[in-house]
Amino acid sequence: MDAKSLLSHSFRIAWKDLMELIRNRLGLVMLVLMPIFMMAMVGFIYPSNTSISKIPIALANEDAGYGNSTIGSQTFLTVLQGINSNTGMMTITNASNMDEIKDLVQKGDVYGGILIPSNFTSSIMTGEQGTIVIVVDQSNPQMSATIQAVLSGVFDQMGTMLAQQKVQGLNPAVNATNSLAIVKPYDIQTEGAVSGHSSYFDFIAPGIMAMTVMMSVMTGLPAAISQEKEVGTLDGMMVAPINRLAIILGKTLAQTARGLIQGVLILALAVALFGVTIQGSILLVFGLLLLGVFSFVGLGVVITSFAKDQETAMMIMMTLMFPMMFLSGVFFPIQQMPWYMQSVSKVLPLTYAATALRKVMVLGAQIPAITTELTILITFGIVMTAIAVPVFKRAMTR
Amino acid sequence: MNLTESQSEYLYFAPIYCTEQYCVCTVNLLENESMIDVKNLTKTFNKFVAVDDISFDVKKGEIFGLLGPNGAGKSTTIRMLSTLSRPTKGTATIGGYDIVKDDTEVRKLIGIVSEKMIMYNRLTARENLWFFGNLFNLPKNVLEKRIDDLLELVQLTKWKNSQVGTFSTGMRQRMNVIRALLNMPQVLFLDEPTLGLDPQSAVEIREFIKKINRENKTSILITTHMMSEADLLCDRIGIIDHGKIVALDTSTNLKKLISGADTTILKLEITNLTPELIITIRDLECVESVSQDNSTHVKVHAHGNDAFDTIIDSIRAQKGKIGSIENLQPTLEDVFLHITGHEVRDSADQKIPMGEHRHFAPPPRVR
Repeated sequence: MDAKSLLSHSFRIAWKDLMELIRNRLGLVMLVLMPIFMMAMVGFIYPSNTSISKIPIALANEDAGYGNSTIGSQTFLTVLQGINSNTGMMTITNASNMDEIKDLVQKGDVYGGILIPSNFTSSIMTGEQGTIVIVVDQSNPQMSATIQAVLSGVFDQMGTMLAQQKVQGLNPAVNATNSLAIVKPYDIQTEGAVSGHSSYFDFIAPGIMAMTVMMSVMTGLPAAISQEKEVGTLDGMMVAPINRLAIILGKTLAQTARGLIQGVLILALAVALFGVTIQGSILLVFGLLLLGVFSFVGLGVVITSFAKDQETAMMIMMTLMFPMMFLSGVFFPIQQMPWYMQSVSKVLPLTYAATALRKVMVLGAQIPAITTELTILITFGIVMTAIAVPVFKRAMTR
Repeated sequence: MNLTESQSEYLYFAPIYCTEQYCVCTVNLLENESMIDVKNLTKTFNKFVAVDDISFDVKKGEIFGLLGPNGAGKSTTIRMLSTLSRPTKGTATIGGYDIVKDDTEVRKLIGIVSEKMIMYNRLTARENLWFFGNLFNLPKNVLEKRIDDLLELVQLTKWKNSQVGTFSTGMRQRMNVIRALLNMPQVLFLDEPTLGLDPQSAVEIREFIKKINRENKTSILITTHMMSEADLLCDRIGIIDHGKIVALDTSTNLKKLISGADTTILKLEITNLTPELIITIRDLECVESVSQDNSTHVKVHAHGNDAFDTIIDSIRAQKGKIGSIENLQPTLEDVFLHITGHEVRDSADQKIPMGEHRHFAPPPRVR
């Protein structure tokens, strides 16, 4: 069997698989719907910076003042409202005291509260620190973290303003700019490696693309072969004088085509609906996806060889798929994970495919910047294929 | 045996089912050389011996039947011979090619109709044949012609653009058979080809098998658990039980085994049949087995010269009323019973202790 007939047989098998796919209307609809759901889900569920708005907050002002003046709390409230009217982050409900705030939090009417203690102005006037209490809802850690961050920002800004005023009060020769430099000698300016805004979506879209394409090959291949084995049609191919590799190759081609259709859909959705921009070359993106497929085929074939029927194959797939989804840095950066999980993550090929794809899509990287990932993916693919082919050949003539 | 390239690719071969002069591969066997030659073939799954050291041969143009109950090892034998499964021990050659070493050559020579339909339901009849035909590297125009001829032959031409999933069982089985003929095989393996078919479709398939065999000199290895089918089709029959071939001969000679053993087979209609009466008959010295067909009919296997009289006498003595008596010619069913000591289908009244049954005897096939 020469290479030419190997390829021609592979194409025949791929054509046959795709014909079956096209004739399966419901399956085709699902094929299109799956990436749409996936994108919509992660796109709308996960928080992005702009998504925080109108958080209900309770505010209690117990400030007793200093003499007749409540200048401290008034200033605070003015600044708070000023910031809030700009950003619309919070909806403020007035409360009378600490107990009422806690009550409101417990009822779930507000997600947090601000309490200005009775000695607030007097502390400031007598040269002490003015303390403000933030009440958080422990049952909702993510929200309380957000509130803390927002309020800290507010206080920071206020503190700076107050300090500026004081510095200017001490020495009239200092102007506003200089006083700011005295109070906050350091300022941070953030600039991305590429121009433009980036969102959680820019992080997640390449990962989801890599995952969909590679997973569809890894799950599709065992499912397709074990299904044919169960129905009996695989025997029809096995008794024909064709190379066993043609069966794997043909099936892989069909699954790759299927996966790529989904990948393109995801990309289109990400660009059209979520404003993701592709910085790097689109050819490199597809090249990486194909390389990812190559690195996963071997694994898929090994599973096919071990699974006696479709059900077993699907169970093995599910078991492998979930850890891979969450450990490969598709949804969460792997740097967030504890070290032992990070080392697991480092043996999964999807990690490298997702990283490389992210570099290309978000950072506009060229091939030299992703050499490590490329090397690992190619090596993984070669090793797995080298294991898979003999295992498959033996399994087919048990 | 070795063929030159041109010979092996397109040797003249004039089959009825194709007017074109191409065939994938053919062999030149000596006059009395066997097409299939099986020597000590054994297959074990873990510790279970599915096929136990069997040897037989099938000549060119012969229809050879492997007859036995479910789980006897028929399908496993066919799977090994068609290179789908590797033998644990022993060898076999097809057209002179070893089934393990020269598996690609063997595959060019054979066609297989397995128990399962080898068809893609979502593809049309033509697309299915086109796909499988292409795996044999046939030239495009040859394959097209052949597909048309084969479809015409089984009267499926007008359905050629319909998806196979919409076909009836009979149509699907006809498709299944012609699929195996795409490469014009020298050897055709048929694994229970009439299973699950209505009588008319079964007859059609049998006629078709005979036609292929007669007009193309195709060697056919067919497995069946139906005695009548083996009797109708096969030149020689191997009776296989528990993975062993227990008898191998022509249908006529196999039947002589019974006649030679001085066996009488009676079909009795007893209008007042009671279980006690059956027990009485069964306990007679000369009776081998009794099977009850329905509420009034029993079939009795007996041996000895005076078996006939003894049975009648004992029934009369028990005040049994005999409605009719039929003295039956032995069928292959009886041969199987005689040789293996049990019936093909497990039935109620047998003189075999339960211990001799297989532990995992499959339930009788309901047709």
